[in-house]
Amino acid sequence: MAELVCMTVFESDPEERAVLENVAAMLEEFEKQRGNLIPILQAIQDKHSYLCGGAMEMVANHLDVALGEVYGVATFYNQFRFHPPGRHQIKVCLGTACHVAGGDIILENFERKLGIKDGETTPDREYSVERVACVGCCALAPVAVINDTVEGHIKPSRVEGIFVQFQVEREREEREEAERESSE
Amino acid sequence: MVKLIVDGKEIKADEGRSVLQSCIENGMFIPNMCFIKKRQHPPASCRLCFVEIDGFDPPVTSCTEEVREGLVIRTDTAAVRRLQRTAFKLLMSAHHCEPKHCPVKGNCQLIRIAKHLNVGLTPKPLELLERDVEEEVDFAFFTYYPFRCVLCGKCVYICRQINGHNLLTFANRGFDTVIAFFGSGDPARFPCHRCGACASICPTGALVRKPECKRASGVTP
Ligand code: SF4
Ligand code: SF4
Ligand code: FES
Ligand code: FES
Repeated sequence: MAELVCMTVFESDPEERAVLENVAAMLEEFEKQRGNLIPILQAIQDKHSYLCGGAMEMVANHLDVALGEVYGVATFYNQFRFHPPGRHQIKVCLGTACHVAGGDIILENFERKLGIKDGETTPDREYSVERVACVGCCALAPVAVINDTVEGHIKPSRVEGIFVQFQVEREREEREEAERESSE
Repeated sequence: MVKLIVDGKEIKADEGRSVLQSCIENGMFIPNMCFIKKRQHPPASCRLCFVEIDGFDPPVTSCTEEVREGLVIRTDTAAVRRLQRTAFKLLMSAHHCEPKHCPVKGNCQLIRIAKHLNVGLTPKPLELLERDVEEEVDFAFFTYYPFRCVLCGKCVYICRQINGHNLLTFANRGFDTVIAFFGSGDPARFPCHRCGACASICPTGALVRKPECKRASGVTP
């Protein structure tokens, strides 16, 4: 989360501008009270699946609190994310059982493989990695949930295997796409 | 004015003052990291300023106790020292002390406390905490060194006091907690140009004004 710990300079792209317009509309529904900070952040994330810098700045202005206050609260809770989720969402369980069984090593493997930290998304938006608390199948620890599939007793070697699988899948999709196009 | 007895010596103090401030103003040092004069609600987060007060069973933090007529206080009992040494070692487990590179040099509060408590500057027997934080973070006007920061929160408090909308804040949680800097818009319009209070109040050299921004005097209210 290191890059959050700095000044925010906003050069919003068209995607973010659309988000911000919608956020402006949402904010009108909320009274300007400090107590609304968390409900507002939750509403924005529900709708847009993450909190962008521009949105947090608008929230700060709306509630007349410091921007840092908004970031301070938002970074405190695991439920908030600051990057759009990837097409493939990787959730590594670091609940008690998984932690004891080496879940942090699995997380590190994913992070190293993708070159991102937990809570981040690869620049091509293909993958995002996050840590989650107990997903409810401790007997299978350590556990990772890839999209909606539970991977139990996951080993570092399996991490590699998962990406090979994605690769194969992508190649198949590309092939099918190409075939469709040529038959049209 | 009230009179109280500290370590067998009578001192006079203004009413409404904390025991900690009164002792320090009378030349009696009590270890402290998070205390700021005149702060309304001391956070009492560093857990270094313990004293024993007659009539209270366990030691209490002197930054949160107001002086009263006739208080009898001891600052150096075994129970006090044990709490202080533990708190100090916990701080040092997250503060990597490198005197050679440290901008604070001679007048370091941590070194002063270590001497006072007669302990070393390493976390021993505790382990050094491996935190997943950067070596250096660019705060526009400052450089922030998370490895030196003891999270006393003085910088955040002073920034809020002076500017209302503070630019400094705590971010993240637990072992990952750090100080963060958020300004929006044009840095040329940030109050930091003429302020610098945070870097002046930081007791550890974790927040250092960049050389090119040195000209501000550093205001401490
Ligand atoms: S220089 Fe002043 S305004 Fe800027 S961050 Fe420090 S305390 Fe806040
Ligand atoms: S940067 Fe300095 S003043 Fe701020 S919390 Fe860290 S040690 Fe305390
Ligand atoms: S701790 Fe990971 S599934 Fe329960
Ligand atoms: S000065 Fe009293 S707890 Fe920090």
